[in-house]
Amino acid sequence: MSKNPFNNQIDMENFMADDFNQATDEEKAYVVQMRPSTTFFKDGVKRLLKNKVATVCFFIIIIITLAAIFLPMVWPYKYDTMLGNIPGQPVDASFNNLKPFEYGRTELAKIDAGQKVFPHIFGTDAQGRDYFIRVVYGTRISLAVGFFASIIVLIIGLTIGSISGYCGGKIDMFIMRIVDIIYSLPDTLMVILLSSVLKVTLSSALEGTALEKLGSNMISLFIVFGLLYWVSMARLIRGQILSLREQEYVLASRAAGAKGKWIILKHLLPNCISLVIISTALQIPSAIFTESYLSFLGLGVNAPMPSLGSLASDALNGISSYAYRMVIPAVVISLIVLSLNLFGDGLRDAFDPKLNK
Amino acid sequence: MNSKTLLYILKRLLLAAVTVWVVITVTFFVMHAVPGGPFQGEKSMTEAAQAALEAKYGLDKPLGTQYVTYLKDVVTKFDFGPSLKQKGRDVVDIIVDGLSTSAELGLAAAFIALIIGVVLGSIAALRRNSIFDRIIMVITTAFVSMPSFIMGTLLLTLFSIKLGIFPANGAAENGLVLPIVTLSLYPMAYITRLTRSSMLDVLGQDYIRTARAKGVSGMKIIFGHALKNSLIPVITYFGPMLAGIVTGSLVVEQIFAVPGIGRAFVNSITNRDYTMIMGTTIVLATLIVVMNLISDILYKIVDPRINLE
Repeated sequence: MSKNPFNNQIDMENFMADDFNQATDEEKAYVVQMRPSTTFFKDGVKRLLKNKVATVCFFIIIIITLAAIFLPMVWPYKYDTMLGNIPGQPVDASFNNLKPFEYGRTELAKIDAGQKVFPHIFGTDAQGRDYFIRVVYGTRISLAVGFFASIIVLIIGLTIGSISGYCGGKIDMFIMRIVDIIYSLPDTLMVILLSSVLKVTLSSALEGTALEKLGSNMISLFIVFGLLYWVSMARLIRGQILSLREQEYVLASRAAGAKGKWIILKHLLPNCISLVIISTALQIPSAIFTESYLSFLGLGVNAPMPSLGSLASDALNGISSYAYRMVIPAVVISLIVLSLNLFGDGLRDAFDPKLNK
Repeated sequence: MNSKTLLYILKRLLLAAVTVWVVITVTFFVMHAVPGGPFQGEKSMTEAAQAALEAKYGLDKPLGTQYVTYLKDVVTKFDFGPSLKQKGRDVVDIIVDGLSTSAELGLAAAFIALIIGVVLGSIAALRRNSIFDRIIMVITTAFVSMPSFIMGTLLLTLFSIKLGIFPANGAAENGLVLPIVTLSLYPMAYITRLTRSSMLDVLGQDYIRTARAKGVSGMKIIFGHALKNSLIPVITYFGPMLAGIVTGSLVVEQIFAVPGIGRAFVNSITNRDYTMIMGTTIVLATLIVVMNLISDILYKIVDPRINLE
């Protein structure tokens, strides 16, 4: 039989008899390829882990944070102990300005006697304080400032942004005009102005309270952040809420009798969560930046508490002979800010594919 | 320019005016909230002398009257009153003295950042994923995450103290070279990244493909089509760049001992010279607000496609 290439009839010779049997369950299972169901969060984490730079940065941040929290607990020196300054004895100047891995006079005597003395890895500063632990402690302060400042910004921005976006109308209009004005204020100048005044005002008000230990500068830093930096967060949240509240599921929820608070908390905010995480993650390095800048101008944390910025600023006096004291905090700040920025970028790419254009 | 654009410009002008007013008001009241007033801390002063000084500077009048007087003086006469610590000098004179040096510093830094940033960014985009592109991206990432005071001190250590190529004093000959370099690095890195990403965006557009398809030469595409369009986002960065340079100059002038406004401002904070702090804040803030205004308006005029709301 000659085969006509244009013939549509099925050529029955090519089929076996059992080709027409029903498929068994095994065969069905072979064809159906189900992926295990995944949540939005898991999906994002998977994407994040694929991004090598962000993963490395994440581990750097974790290591630095853990070191900043736990090292001061086990380290034999304290950040504010002047090693040459033992009560009841004349000040031993041999402890001041030690180079890395050098020892003071009494420590050298101990070593000669066969005792072990824990080394000063980065030497000591001009007042005989172990520099390594000061850097670690400064890192802790800087990270804490960055973290808490971002949390404050988050809470205020989230609250005002969601109210403004959800209520709309006159309330929205009013809030947004305030936001516009604060947004166009030159932030750094205002921060300097407010902290230079709050520093003086608060130190007398805080005397004797639990907050005194924290220091007036640190609190004024938080107040300033709370006053000025919430606006961009509020704008972001408002924009997101505005687009979300027109969605059908919000309408459905309202039709089912849901009230404003329920809709905001259960429907709108959960859908803003990735936006919130991303912008908070990116807020932390900028807060650390601002803190170090203010510390450098002498408006940062109170002495003797160190922050990376104030360490760098202190090092400026001895820059010609002890340049490493400048370089070490500089490298740590840059490393933290860089890792946080890259990690934040990674988070954005992983959790908000829409933003990633 | 249509009526919508005009309306937008009017709105922005109004906002800018309100912002400057808020700055003046906040500055005034914040400064007057300092406990004890500006003369506290000068222990040698008798009460009578203090009262006389307060009367001289008008500090004995009610706060509202003082505010109105201050506002009127600032707006109509650019008069910020006398400096409290530098006897016999007016704040406005000190600011004018520092302005030329600071302007030279800032404008040079902005210019360098713009030229080098756009060139590097374009090259990086055109040679995407090459070694050159990678190196530029790594370096700019590092620059963006380094505070200007650290950059400044590192450059100072390296070039003035170790190598001795440039003087450490900003007032000396060639003394502005290092401060200008320090100030320009951050905006340069930022503009490089901005230009790169917007250039990549533009190069993927249909009109570039059309131009290429009809046989326009590569150079003409880059300079005639791509570069012009990819510079639009850079315009929006003008305002923030100036703000960054102004705030950066505060510390940079301090590090390199440049006799500019920034240094005067920082010194006035340490001395608690309140009229000086107020005056400098207002002048610098107004400068930043005006620059932001210009860059925003320019942006809308350059690209009419941009939605005004």
